[in-house]
Amino acid sequence: MVRRILPILAGLLWASSAFAADVTLLNVSYDPTRELYADFNKAFAAAYQKETGKSVEIKQSHGGSGSQARAVIDGLQADVVTLALAYDIDAIAGKGLIPPDWQKRLPLNASPYTSTIVFLVRKGNPKGIKDWDDLIKSGVSVITPNPKTSGGARWNYLAAWGYALKKYGSADKAKQFVGDLYRNVPVLDTGARGSTVTFVERAVGDVLLAWENEAFLAQRQFGKDKFEIVSPPLSILAEPPLSVVDKVADKKGTRAVAEAYLKYWYTKEGQEIAARNSYRPRDPEIAREYQASFAKVELFTIDDVFGGWTKAQKEHFAEGGVFDQIYKN
Amino acid sequence: MSAAGGRRSTLPGFGLTMGLTLTWLSIIILIPLAGLFLRTFELSLDQFWGIVTSRRTLNALKISFGLAFAAAVVNLVMGLIVVWALVRYRFPGRRIFDAIVDVPFALPTAVAGVALTSLFAQTGWLGAPLAELGIKVAFTPIGIFIAMIFIGIPFVVRTVQPVLIDLDAEIEEAAASLGANRWHTVSKVILPSLIPALLTGFALAFARAVGEYGSVIFIAGNLPNVSEIAPLLIVIRLSEFRYADATAIAVVMLVAAFLIIFAVNRIQRWAQTRIPAH
Amino acid sequence: MSELQSYLSSARDDLRTEPRPVRIVIIAIAVIFLVVFVVLPLVVVFAQAFSKGIGAYLSALSDPEAWSAIRLTLLVAAISVSLNLVFGVIAAWAIAKFEFRGKTFLISLIDLPFSVSPVISGLVFVLLFGGQGYWGPWLQAHNIQVLFAVPGIALATIFVTFPFVARALIPLMQEQGTLEEEAAISLGASGLQTFFRVTLPNIKWGVLYGVLLCNARAMGEFGAVSVVSGHIRGETNTMPLLVEILYNEYQFVSSFAIASLLAMLALITLVAKTILEQHLDEGQQPRGD
Repeated sequence: MVRRILPILAGLLWASSAFAADVTLLNVSYDPTRELYADFNKAFAAAYQKETGKSVEIKQSHGGSGSQARAVIDGLQADVVTLALAYDIDAIAGKGLIPPDWQKRLPLNASPYTSTIVFLVRKGNPKGIKDWDDLIKSGVSVITPNPKTSGGARWNYLAAWGYALKKYGSADKAKQFVGDLYRNVPVLDTGARGSTVTFVERAVGDVLLAWENEAFLAQRQFGKDKFEIVSPPLSILAEPPLSVVDKVADKKGTRAVAEAYLKYWYTKEGQEIAARNSYRPRDPEIAREYQASFAKVELFTIDDVFGGWTKAQKEHFAEGGVFDQIYKN
Repeated sequence: MSAAGGRRSTLPGFGLTMGLTLTWLSIIILIPLAGLFLRTFELSLDQFWGIVTSRRTLNALKISFGLAFAAAVVNLVMGLIVVWALVRYRFPGRRIFDAIVDVPFALPTAVAGVALTSLFAQTGWLGAPLAELGIKVAFTPIGIFIAMIFIGIPFVVRTVQPVLIDLDAEIEEAAASLGANRWHTVSKVILPSLIPALLTGFALAFARAVGEYGSVIFIAGNLPNVSEIAPLLIVIRLSEFRYADATAIAVVMLVAAFLIIFAVNRIQRWAQTRIPAH
Repeated sequence: MSELQSYLSSARDDLRTEPRPVRIVIIAIAVIFLVVFVVLPLVVVFAQAFSKGIGAYLSALSDPEAWSAIRLTLLVAAISVSLNLVFGVIAAWAIAKFEFRGKTFLISLIDLPFSVSPVISGLVFVLLFGGQGYWGPWLQAHNIQVLFAVPGIALATIFVTFPFVARALIPLMQEQGTLEEEAAISLGASGLQTFFRVTLPNIKWGVLYGVLLCNARAMGEFGAVSVVSGHIRGETNTMPLLVEILYNEYQFVSSFAIASLLAMLALITLVAKTILEQHLDEGQQPRGD
């Protein structure tokens, strides 16, 4: 029996390694970028082959941003990480896999594409949701994932906080506002995708706080006749950053390809792919070209309002931070 | 037991097989679990206590243990009814129903999770009519409860079934001919002899439900302090890079799991020694 | 068999059964409970899988990512089932054929994975082999990948399926006692000969039974594998993980298509189990009857 099984096992193993390319990269990313990187990887592989004559295969891993960072820290052999927020890459850097100044190695905070937080509502906007204040009204049910596990959820939270801070002027009032908002949340999924499925497929909630790109994708997937995107006048500039994981790339000898891979984002082609997938491109020319697809929103940055990720993380999402206090009361 | 224990076995291989058993057991179970305990020793007692008794952790443990207990009670009652129907009565499709009792055991938990969520969401076949009645199942603690009932179904049925089949018919007949009415016969004669099996099934269903993850996370709302189960909290702590918290919660659940299993094996020994007394 | 018995002894049955209305109510409750909790979830899986027609179903299953998940699942199941098979038989021999102190404790240890949360089963290996774990740094320095690769997934699966074969065999072998083996030994057979010629034929259905359950669990494990997989597309996603991933990608048909394969596996397992149980029942009849 063993003799019969062994060749089958060998065959299975062989089959899985049969299509190996010259170079293989592993890109560990967060949840909503699946479609984006499916596009981008194809384009990059073609461009790279054309330039160097070498074939490159990019493997993807997706999940909650924090879980993904944890996996990389625990030894997932990622050549590059493309996560939802700088804090998660900082955590990897904190373990010595990436140098601390990683965000300065690439232009624009190492975030070649950006997004913002918008509202996805059901057709006809039955609850009349226009702005952040509408989210804390009683009877409005808001869907957003858990900021402890989801990067997108942290942007949602900070966007709401930044709005309240600007409108009501004090941190206490902002805390009150965000607390009221989370009291309207019936489900806290662990990831942004989970929340979208809850809202779209399970018909729970009146409004979904979502990445802009995620909201557009949901609309494309399920039909414009079912969901509408509401862009609040003021929101946060979400900058999902990326970095080579030096320790891994050096060990595997893939640094050159990994760097070329990330730099490709800063080309016209890369920016075009971002824009096509509803991420806001950084390149002014491409941005102008896609102007019509993105609503005009006044955007504040995390550095402006919160003094950077490390500070925001510590104040809001660490154990005993503001988010925990909200769920204590 | 004393008879077997007193007799020296003439069979060979005890040392070898026991050695191999302990080695393999150590590699797969004991060393990994020891690693878990060692990790918690890196915490001071105060820290450990602080983590375990923090409101969020306590609530998650309460939700996991509380709902698992409630689900096991439901399985105890429903399991008894199901096994009674399967063993004592003849009805069309009985054999099929008998076979599908094991579906929750054989069906991967992730599949069960998406299926139950589809079924009980407000757009689902059962969720829609229930929503009309004002009952929300998916994304509430009731959803967790439902998933836990689902995965616990086989345990009570399968532990009680052989005992009920083997039950001596003469005791019942004797009770009946002595003038006991049917209810008395069932409650005073049959049920007591099923107790060890019922307890075993109950404990197994409880243990399984306490630790359940896959089928629950899809249908639970995952709200902290409301519908967040302990295994999910472990996963959350991990993704917050808080290994110490994750391991502390894991240790608590692990000790509970071991106590339950140990109790089950005790019950079974007790039942074995009890049977000749009848 | 028991049906025939009860048919023949209908007079006895009068004393041993409930009034007709009670019977009907009990049957109705049992059937409704099983339909709601067991049949409907199964039906939902298949209904969703085929909701866009058989073409969509087949194309979902012919996706390369689906194939790689199927391959990985089969590979991991083959590794963990065969290892646990060998261990289970050895452990059952030691436990069932000999008396020693601490037996209940040892059996409890073997049973432990039954009641340990799958998440913890994955976590323990992260603590050992992860970058922050005890052996992780050494492994990484030597380029040995355990987590987020086949070894880690297999280890977590072995942990979860650890008790099945041993637990299926221990009661069976205890019941059969040691007389036959002792006779063989006294006639000069070696230990291995005794095992293969005497014991194994007696427990073969039990072995198959254990393997069957072990396999079902191995292929379906989600929580433990999810913690150690790394979710690399086309590489470390098993079928249950792929169900979740596709579900999160709005590819509900594909997700339920994979789920339906797993559900089919569950049903086949149950059919095989029912057949095996009949063999086991027959095996337990006193011989020479």
